[in-house]
Amino acid sequence: MLELKDISFARDNKQILNHVDLKIDNSKLVCITGPNGSGKSTLAKIIMGILTPDSGTILLDGQDITHKNITERAKLGIGFAFQQPVRFKGLTVKDLIEISAGNSLKLSEACDYLSDVGLCAKDYLNREISNSLSGGELKRIEIAMLAAKKSKLTVFDEPEAGIDLWSFNSLISVFEKMHSEIQNSSIVIISHQEKILNISDEIILLADGEITASGQKEDVLPLLLKQTTRPCKVMLDKGGNK
Amino acid sequence: MSDEIENKLDAIEMNLLKSIADIEKTPMGAYNIRENGKGVARKTTANIDIVTKEDKPGIDIIIKPNTKNESVHIPVILTQSGFNDVVYNDFYIGENADVVIVAGCGIHNSSCETSEHDGIHTFHLAKGSKVKYIEKHYGEGEGTGDRILNPQTIVYLEDGSNLEMETVQIKGVTSTVRETKGELGPNSNLVITERIMTAGNQTAKTIFNVDLNGENSSVHVASRSIARDQSTQEFISNVNGNTKCFGHVECDAIIMDKAKVISTPQIVANDIDASLIHEAAIGKIAGEQIIKLMSLGLTEAEAEEQIINGFLK
Repeated sequence: MLELKDISFARDNKQILNHVDLKIDNSKLVCITGPNGSGKSTLAKIIMGILTPDSGTILLDGQDITHKNITERAKLGIGFAFQQPVRFKGLTVKDLIEISAGNSLKLSEACDYLSDVGLCAKDYLNREISNSLSGGELKRIEIAMLAAKKSKLTVFDEPEAGIDLWSFNSLISVFEKMHSEIQNSSIVIISHQEKILNISDEIILLADGEITASGQKEDVLPLLLKQTTRPCKVMLDKGGNK
Repeated sequence: MSDEIENKLDAIEMNLLKSIADIEKTPMGAYNIRENGKGVARKTTANIDIVTKEDKPGIDIIIKPNTKNESVHIPVILTQSGFNDVVYNDFYIGENADVVIVAGCGIHNSSCETSEHDGIHTFHLAKGSKVKYIEKHYGEGEGTGDRILNPQTIVYLEDGSNLEMETVQIKGVTSTVRETKGELGPNSNLVITERIMTAGNQTAKTIFNVDLNGENSSVHVASRSIARDQSTQEFISNVNGNTKCFGHVECDAIIMDKAKVISTPQIVANDIDASLIHEAAIGKIAGEQIIKLMSLGLTEAEAEEQIINGFLK
């Protein structure tokens, strides 16, 4: 279980997170949503240790990890899929999937991770993670890496951004598969997509750095849709992707 | 198979050979091993002849037309400190031959004197021939003496011939000036992949001069380098498009610590149908690359090593 207690974070005289308290139970798929600039990505980076909060405590399974660095948190079982995947000249898709898995993989194993994100493995395994790959391809590879890492808790920062219609469905299958295959694992997804909100167990709404609603999907989602007085992404995407 | 090389060389020498030419035992095919200015082992085949030059140090490697799937290894090792070795190796590749040539030089210097090897390799590729040329340079030894390597590669490509050159220098060479010149005939193709890493106070200078003289000739140069510590690197390329041709030069450098990298690209179009591209980039390892790999469980040092190893792959 991941617990954030009284987390605050400010930059350039702006309070980005304001006394946030949050619990992510084991075996839960939790969606964090909210308007742009509400502090969602900052929260994700604080969980991974990429940003350090100004105050507050972070506990993973009861252990205080507030002052653990990124590597230590990764080893303790936290994973993070970047919103903008990083390119590496020279490192191949297979290299990155193996680093994620923590060991060398049989070709068939590496292929499975790529097939799950809708990429034909034989075309991609030896490709460099460089400019030769499109944003959408990189995004899917990023997700495959996190599937291979098999973390206790994986945070996906807007995984759907840049992903086309066809792979959107397979993306949801990947989350569901990870959720069911990695025992006691939790998945946190930062998203605006109703389809993703719909597969989650719990939804957390963040606005202006504060949690304004949280609870079971069945309780929070109707509230979200009701509160939306003019077309927003959630509304527009209702019932499909366009 | 013969054990000639194992019987003639000691452990240090075998280690140098492994580093520069991946030779752990006597190779298949033709070979010529040069040590401290002298040939110590040689084998020719029915299709590949190796002849000692009479007017200057070096050898002629003559490959018959239509020779296929054969290889030639011609590594040079220097273990005698204070030795300055200059060698001229000329390759004559017959029409439609398709071969692999592995060269390279390894220096073991355990003294304070300078050891230097200047290898001048000239390739004459006849019509339709194809060569893959692999060249590695490496230095080692606990001595304070400089280890200097100044390789020159001169390439003449006739109609429809194709040379692919992989050149690597990633360790232990104090100073190097690496010069490659190419004159390309019609429909010929030259591909050069270079990997360099310098550290300490090492210096490396790379110069490419390519003349695209034949219609539909093409050159692709991809150089990746890493400069660490206080080392200095200079990359100079000069591609002249003299007819309808295609040239692409890309050089990427990662700069670390207090190193310095200079990149001087020049592309010259002397013909309206010459299509030439140069891409150059110098930068430090991106912080987000390190963070990404740390988020997968690597330490910062391991992440940096992965990025470097991948970049030089």
